Amino acid sequence: MKNRVIVIGSGGAGLVAALSAHESGAKVTIITKEYPTRSQTCMAQGGINAALSNVDEDSAELHIQNTLKSARSLANEDAVRFLCNSAKGAIEWLDSIGVPFSRTKDGKIAQRKLGGASATRACYAQDYTGLKILHTLYDRCTALGIEFLNERYLLEFITDESSNKKSICGVSVLNKRSGEVELIQSNSVIVATGGYSRVFHNYSTNSISSSGDGIAAALRAGAVASDLEFIQFHPTSLRGSSILISESARGAGGYLLNSKGERFINELAPRDEVSRAIHDEILKGESIFLDIRHLGSEFIEKELPQEAKLAKLYENIDPSLELIPIKPAAHYTMGGLDVDEKTSTNIQGLFAVGECANHRVHGANRLGGNSLLELVVFGRVAGESAAKFACEQDLDIDIKRYKNLHEENLEQIKSYTNEINFYEKYSELGEMFYKDVGIKRDKKTLLCTLENVKEMKKALKNMGVSDKGNIYNSNLIEFLEFKNMLFLSELILLCAIQRDESRGAHFRVDTQESKTAFDAHTIIDKDGVISYEN
Amino acid sequence: MKISIKREDSHEIYDVPLQDVTLLEILNEIKNKIDATLAYSSGCRSSVCGSCAVRVNGKEVLACSYKAEDGDVVEPLLNVPIERDLVVNMDKAYGFNSKAKAYQSTIVQNIKLSDEDEKRNALQSDCILCSACYSACPVYAVNKEFLGPFSLTRVWRYVSDKREENPKDKIDNIQMDGVWDCTLCNACTLVCPQGISSKADIEKLRARSVMFGYSDPSFGSFDGGFGFDGSPSF
Repeated sequence: MKNRVIVIGSGGAGLVAALSAHESGAKVTIITKEYPTRSQTCMAQGGINAALSNVDEDSAELHIQNTLKSARSLANEDAVRFLCNSAKGAIEWLDSIGVPFSRTKDGKIAQRKLGGASATRACYAQDYTGLKILHTLYDRCTALGIEFLNERYLLEFITDESSNKKSICGVSVLNKRSGEVELIQSNSVIVATGGYSRVFHNYSTNSISSSGDGIAAALRAGAVASDLEFIQFHPTSLRGSSILISESARGAGGYLLNSKGERFINELAPRDEVSRAIHDEILKGESIFLDIRHLGSEFIEKELPQEAKLAKLYENIDPSLELIPIKPAAHYTMGGLDVDEKTSTNIQGLFAVGECANHRVHGANRLGGNSLLELVVFGRVAGESAAKFACEQDLDIDIKRYKNLHEENLEQIKSYTNEINFYEKYSELGEMFYKDVGIKRDKKTLLCTLENVKEMKKALKNMGVSDKGNIYNSNLIEFLEFKNMLFLSELILLCAIQRDESRGAHFRVDTQESKTAFDAHTIIDKDGVISYEN
Repeated sequence: MKISIKREDSHEIYDVPLQDVTLLEILNEIKNKIDATLAYSSGCRSSVCGSCAVRVNGKEVLACSYKAEDGDVVEPLLNVPIERDLVVNMDKAYGFNSKAKAYQSTIVQNIKLSDEDEKRNALQSDCILCSACYSACPVYAVNKEFLGPFSLTRVWRYVSDKREENPKDKIDNIQMDGVWDCTLCNACTLVCPQGISSKADIEKLRARSVMFGYSDPSFGSFDGGFGFDGSPSF
């Protein structure tokens, strides 16, 4: 069908892209592996950056400079300028559709300070910023009658190569409810499936859904990814559960303390620096705590209610009276599908947006408050680009023949021997990655981990599922997610091994300086072939 | 600890070697080590994505924020079709957001909101759409088309917002299968993990309805608000 745009993923990026494509005249269908509003976006607490100067003096230029500084020469300045210059408009748009931002006493949108920011820049809605933005976007989609196909798991992107350039012609999904493979034809598809932090298994702050499905499927279809080695560790997740404690806790004046009760780092330095400092303390045998007691119970209740609740539930402590035990955990993946300024991948008609894409604005280290901004600003671009493309294209290729093929693939996976429990292997992968592909890396151990991952990949046929049924087979879905993560793990390792330097979130103990030769993006394809691009 | 979980036709009992953990951790332990065929939903582990609502001993909870206890009986939500085990189909339930017009009618520019304005519906906009309230609501036993607690809370969120330009349309839309069908039993309030009271929101919507000239249709239809014996029935 001409004029049809398919959006895969119903997080913030997907919903903004869908709204924008709809406004641009496309017929939009959103496909999600869960339900809208259950995505990773709801976990974003801190805020969304825009230089509104509602609290103190700020400017888009300062926002640009802070973002570039944190990116360590690995961001595209034009993209960063576009992001930061669009920020005010993005907030105005969110305000216009009903996002309930917190307000200052004089009725302006409230802002707070996050790490790496020279001014008080992050607009917020208590500590539910992502949740309230996501739900308002969903309500907007409801208002416009945008179609949702819930509980469909992305299998493959289907492409055509009959013209000189590879083009998208549809997607195949597994209907979780029926167990059937469904094909949806479209010349214009937006991938908005989120990042891959769950490669770190339980050492990640993310939802269990952040398994990089869209990135893996697009790579298999011939797209390329960039900067996969840049993975941000959030300094403060709860020690036992890796549940996120927002940066706003430090923004408001929270301290980081070691077991001796000493502060050891500027708490509001960029996340990579703070995480490394905590990591070093932990290696020295210290336990690390976040101290927000001095902020007072009234403030905690008003500004950080979620944090207080989670600290009680998971660590059994009252943060207004006790120290919060923390550790850094994988939080955001800067790398993703490589896209141009119109959010297009190298496959014609396949666009990518949000954390699954690399818009080249975060570089080696993302600033808090820039990811919600990214999904609004580039979500709108993606929607417009995809709608325009859908309108201009009349490629009409019958994709029915892929149904059997993809069904057979699933049957084959179900026939794997299941001698090895893949859940155990997944847990091992997470441990291994946290230890050796985490905050500090070393070439030797990276090479060793690469061998382990290759072994694990080889053993996939001895893993598999014990559930052979069709109806809501979450055992099968989780195995497919694990396969995707294992595939991405190898690519992450190849990128990390080849980048013989330290920069932002990629810190190599064997080569601790940044090198100008690496002032370039790592580009990688599904076969692990790497090139560098400025 | 021993946990009983409702599967297809019967309750199955699992013996799990964990203590002082959330129900979600128990479910994960079963799935990963004991029985991979168990189906349930989860996401964020931190009570914001709304995926993991189930009933424990008859009461709706989020599996990720409920500390499991020996002997707990875990069942899927009510009033929604079961897909498998603890997984339910939310399509119709979420569809009530559309029927209830639970969104801002128009896009508006430059409406200034005060701190107080924002507080008015800050709690209602904390909703995570977990459907605990929907499951607990007794009205569905008699009216399957009831717009339901979470959708009506969402309507109040928008009706109470200065940015809503057509509150009357919203109120008109919730007269049928809406605010007057609620029994004000408060079951929704008691199970909400976010501390929202849909019952209170429905009462506010009723008050707003009265301002727009509506009244309780069950009130006065036969007896002008008095019992047949002439004594007041309210």
